[in-house]
Amino acid sequence: MNTTKRIAGILWMIAGPTAIYYLIKTALSEISKKPVIDTKIQWAVFVIVFIPIAIGIVIFGYYAITGEYDRLPESSAEITDQ
Amino acid sequence: MNQPTNEVQGIRRIIAASSVGTLIEWYDFYIFGSLATVIATQFFPKTNPTAALLSTFATFAAGFIVRPFGALVFGRLGDLIGRKYTFLLTLIIMGSSTFAIGLVPGYETIGFAAPILVLVLRLLQGLALGGEYGGAATYVAEHAPPKRRGFFTSWIQTTATLGLFLSLGIILITRHSLDIDRAKSIAKFNDWGWRIPFLVSIFLVVISVYIRLKMKESPMYAKLKIEGKTSSNPLKESFTHRSNLKMVLLALFGATMGQGVVWYTGQFYAQSFIENICKVDFEQSRTILIWAILFATPFFVFFGGWSDRVGREWIMMIGMLLAIITYRPLFGQLLSIADANNKIELPEQKQINTTINPFAHTGNSLRIVSTKHFFSDGMVMTETKTDTAYADLSKTTIKPDIKLSKLISKNDYWMMVAIVFLMIIYVTMVYGPIAAFLVEMFPTKIRYTSMSLPYHIGNGIFGGLTPFIALLLTTIYSTDKLVGLFYPMIVAGVCLLIGVLYLRNKIDSDVND
Repeated sequence: MNTTKRIAGILWMIAGPTAIYYLIKTALSEISKKPVIDTKIQWAVFVIVFIPIAIGIVIFGYYAITGEYDRLPESSAEITDQ
Repeated sequence: MNQPTNEVQGIRRIIAASSVGTLIEWYDFYIFGSLATVIATQFFPKTNPTAALLSTFATFAAGFIVRPFGALVFGRLGDLIGRKYTFLLTLIIMGSSTFAIGLVPGYETIGFAAPILVLVLRLLQGLALGGEYGGAATYVAEHAPPKRRGFFTSWIQTTATLGLFLSLGIILITRHSLDIDRAKSIAKFNDWGWRIPFLVSIFLVVISVYIRLKMKESPMYAKLKIEGKTSSNPLKESFTHRSNLKMVLLALFGATMGQGVVWYTGQFYAQSFIENICKVDFEQSRTILIWAILFATPFFVFFGGWSDRVGREWIMMIGMLLAIITYRPLFGQLLSIADANNKIELPEQKQINTTINPFAHTGNSLRIVSTKHFFSDGMVMTETKTDTAYADLSKTTIKPDIKLSKLISKNDYWMMVAIVFLMIIYVTMVYGPIAAFLVEMFPTKIRYTSMSLPYHIGNGIFGGLTPFIALLLTTIYSTDKLVGLFYPMIVAGVCLLIGVLYLRNKIDSDVND
């Protein structure tokens, strides 16, 4: 199971940049089709909001690859490290 | 003998006090969304591009961008100064912003100050909502006995749905009670009556603030404070320490992201789909949702309570799986129920009504042709075509405005209620146990901050965006009316995969640490 978790981590690391690439591509295409302020704002909001989330899933994937999720903490003492 | 009875009474009081406040916050938040069209005409006239721009900001920014910021600001405060005063503060901010929106003069009276004021107040609403939920869920969970944490926190989970129910109910009642004549009542509502649901909020908030003031601080947090073990920098501890950040990311990608899209698809996109894609009448589309919510709400408590026995994870994961598998057939069925091609028209009953309103000095007129089609099952479809009748007969309107509205039969109505009910059952499966699930993931000293952020990114951003993205997909790929469902299905699919792989179906018996 832990091997599957680690291998799947690669998938999450790839998922982040892929999603942003397609999001920006679609945004540019939609803005060029209808270049009004509403379209620009909508797509700008989508891109700005999803970039940090994509970074988050890359970090998540990295943690998965490095085995951080092989064993989840049993108590809060394991979480509140320094 | 008396001690357990007192304990149960105590927790009931805590749940009631926390839930009423959270319900009011949701009510306040939803009335703006439910009245968006009326508010837009009062504050954001389409003829003025800057005002229209502010309108887009008000819808987008406060709806989802600001909520995670509220989670950070108030989550931090909640871990620094305590749960009680923080969620008291969010309630006051939400209540006063809502009341103030009801008082802001329209664009015609004070010009640009009106949309700017409304935008600021809407941002405050979003911030307050971002801070409220984590506080209420944490507060109840920290009072609840270990084996009933899912059951007790599920009452908090009902508030979001009941808040929507209350907002729709108050709006519909107000809309029809301003005049004996229905059309006049709606006109009065659109003119000034829309302010009533905003103003009413202040009474609800005053009562709730009074109740919350009488509450005591969470015992776990109070203990930490006495021992001097509270966090000095909750943001740093939550998001820069790898051991906690990994749990925040797991909560987001393995639970709240999928839960958010299932929630918003069942309760918001379903209504929007029935109204805008199936073209069902404005009020029918809303009352279908109201009935479905009413029947499904007890299941939040059922699944919350059940999660105390079988664990939180699997109930949520099965809810997501069912949603992914059945969304397309269920929405397809909604489409088929309202499809006039599947019905037998009664052509002899067809009614055509033409109204012509001349434009001044041009000789041209505005022509409105309303055609009513009657069907054997009782459905009535009204097609309203609006165009310009030119004085010069060689000219015609290239693209007349055509609007469809269907008043569906009783049988079809209840069929739609049953379908939406089923989708809300999925919502109760993913949302009922989530408060207990999140509370158990994080330590007391940074719990408010740590659980609020994944919750509000999952619900505010992934969930809140569902109706917009789904609608956007249907405009980009217009041949498939169900294409919008790919967004919630893909997000819930990824979340399901992560949840099944990485989460653990364990109930944490001790959240005191």
